[in-house]
Amino acid sequence: MRRLLNVRPRGGVRLVLGAIPLIGIALFYIMSSEARHFANPADKVLPTIGQMGDAIIRMWVNVDPNTGRIPAWADTSASLSRIWIALAISTATTLLLGLILGLLPAARATLGPMISIIAVIPPIAVLPILFIALGLGETAKIALIVFGVTPFMTRDLAAQVAAIPQEQIVKAQTLGASTWQVALRVALPQALPRLIDSLRLSLGPAWVFLISAEAIASDVGLGYRIFLVRRYLAMDVILPYVAWISLLAILHDVVLTMISRRAFPWAHPKAHS
Amino acid sequence: MTEALTFDKVWVEYGDKVVLEKISLTIAEGCFCSIIGPSGAGKSTFLRLVLGQEKPTRGAVMLGGKPLRAEPGPDRGVVFQRYSVFPHLTAIDNVMFGPECAGSPLLGRLSGAAKRAARDQAAAMLSSVGLGDSLGAYPAQLSGGMQQRLAIAQALVKHPQVLLLDEPFGALDPGVRLDMHALITDLWRQHNLTILMVTHDIKEAFALGTRVLAFDKVRRDEQAPNRYGAAPVYDVKLERKTAPPAEIEALLAESDLLLREGLTS
Repeated sequence: MRRLLNVRPRGGVRLVLGAIPLIGIALFYIMSSEARHFANPADKVLPTIGQMGDAIIRMWVNVDPNTGRIPAWADTSASLSRIWIALAISTATTLLLGLILGLLPAARATLGPMISIIAVIPPIAVLPILFIALGLGETAKIALIVFGVTPFMTRDLAAQVAAIPQEQIVKAQTLGASTWQVALRVALPQALPRLIDSLRLSLGPAWVFLISAEAIASDVGLGYRIFLVRRYLAMDVILPYVAWISLLAILHDVVLTMISRRAFPWAHPKAHS
Repeated sequence: MTEALTFDKVWVEYGDKVVLEKISLTIAEGCFCSIIGPSGAGKSTFLRLVLGQEKPTRGAVMLGGKPLRAEPGPDRGVVFQRYSVFPHLTAIDNVMFGPECAGSPLLGRLSGAAKRAARDQAAAMLSSVGLGDSLGAYPAQLSGGMQQRLAIAQALVKHPQVLLLDEPFGALDPGVRLDMHALITDLWRQHNLTILMVTHDIKEAFALGTRVLAFDKVRRDEQAPNRYGAAPVYDVKLERKTAPPAEIEALLAESDLLLREGLTS
């Protein structure tokens, strides 16, 4: 009899094993929902699959007569444009600051303490300040995401750049490279795969900040919608929205991983050979 | 023969700790100088001094008659034991890195005819170190020996006045190491290189070098071990490549070096 720690499931067995917990949760939900509806046909807490299907058609297909738009798509495009603009700003800032901090001891001495302090401020606590200073429009929501993820990403990238072996930096100098050329041709390309990783890790917090900001002051957006319909206990809308947000998050992650593998084959030796 | 490197009463100290003391020597052009000595005897500090990573506390180092800049520069090539090549560049791009930096200050990339010329030069250099078939390979796809060949090609393409080798073959298998000895000897003859090589392997030092410097503390104070620094205690100029003389074996037998390297047999 083999030890349990040496049992390595492969191929089809692996897929089946991975599906078991998911199917289990789905079955458990359907059974609980049926049970509640048997006891109270008007139950709203655990809507049946059919009820959620109706809600999906209502939100994803039918046009809202008040706004003239399909609600789910309007929410999705509003939320995605906020999170994309915010992450673009964060990524650009991170790239610039991370390279400078990681490469130049003088910059680390100047900016390091400030970034460390900013990084420990809880972003949600700053949200009122952002709303007061920037108004209730798009700027404050984007600013919250930027404020929430940039310090982490910057510190992560600076650490990564600083961890490039000193031998490489010295070698580049003996090959005649200037500070600028070391940054551009040695540090930047080696920082990019890590930047994508750090962007992937920041997607989770970014969604949290987006939904928080939308929940508090907004008139469109995925977070706005689920907090709006919460007042009517509309679980039939909330659950598909949560699933949709999760799907979007997974898609972002998959796309970023693919970009990294395509663009930086040297950083993924196993996938390459 | 003209002098490639001159050390004039060079001291290196860290606070109270004296690492190198009063080193005065000249290294002739075309010399293959091996540097040996027990751990902590300042071999690496000596190399870092030439590399420009270390500044002399007192004294002066001259390279080709001019004071050495205390910053790594293109007049000195280097090959470290590890991490000497850029993992994100293919073999040919690694070798083209130096010429590209020289030819394009802003972008660090050449284009057109200049790029083709640099490419041909790099390809020729790679063939001469035996990597003619691996131009497009990333370092992670190369063996340890091939990575060191690449690091040597990358340094030589800049025609440095001095080539510094910091235990370049220390991480390689014995068979591969012998191939590398043959390669570096060939390249040294072909390109008339001046080489400074730090090594832990005494046989290697004598097999390759035309001159062997053995570093150790000149004086000792048991109560204050940091009070005195190291300097070359043996300076052997070899007419031809020979086995290490008995007195050097004896000196190094005192340290843990021979035991660790398994050379006592």
